[in-house]
Amino acid sequence: MSEETLCFHFDVDGDDFTSAGQASVQVKKLLRELGVSPEVIRRVSIAMYEGEINMVIHAGGGKADVLVDETSIVIILTDEGPGIPNIKQAMQEGYSTAPDNVRSLGFGAGMGLPNMKRYTDHMEIESAPGKGTTIKMTVEL
Amino acid sequence: MTVAALIERLSLETVTVADPDREVTGGYAGDLLSWVMGRASEGDAWVTIMTNINVVAVASLSDVACVVLCENVPVEEDVIATATARGVTLLRTEKPTFEMCAAIADALNGASV
Repeated sequence: MSEETLCFHFDVDGDDFTSAGQASVQVKKLLRELGVSPEVIRRVSIAMYEGEINMVIHAGGGKADVLVDETSIVIILTDEGPGIPNIKQAMQEGYSTAPDNVRSLGFGAGMGLPNMKRYTDHMEIESAPGKGTTIKMTVEL
Repeated sequence: MTVAALIERLSLETVTVADPDREVTGGYAGDLLSWVMGRASEGDAWVTIMTNINVVAVASLSDVACVVLCENVPVEEDVIATATARGVTLLRTEKPTFEMCAAIADALNGASV
């Protein structure tokens, strides 16, 4: 990150499942205004949307910070939810602990974290039961 | 093939159309939203029976060319309004997913010859 870093902060509402994705849509707009390529915008916004959905489903909401400079876009998602007991297991495609009401909306396929990893160049997860979760994703420009 | 051409060729109902000239470059079928986000490609016609508000977000973020809703599934007014506001095209058919996918594949293959 250089001195020219732009920082955007979003609060992700944990109560309203239907509005989930607002931060991702805003980021998509901002990146478009900054002239970022459509493919990078697509990767960043999908990864961020999955993160938002996860925070709504599992953690009662959280915070999203997006840092943009000339070389990369960094997304940091922070929540104070129950944490992930087994990160390796959670990273497997198809593994899900989402409740039935969430599945009926088409989520909970166990693709959230795998998609976040798939669409970003680096992803780090810091989490422990009872201590919440912080995820840092980087997309190189 | 453009969205407008696909609508005409397959007699699709237009729920809301953002860009009739958008090129449809492929297709993807699925109802699990995260699965679709992981696999669908930009410019696809996304065939689904899901109509909740999150479908609009997924369509927008995945940048698909249009969403084709099968079996005449009902769509709430707020979903249509959100799709219109976000530039997402929603189309509808009475056909089930399998038949619709076959028809779209035929249309796209025919167009590329």
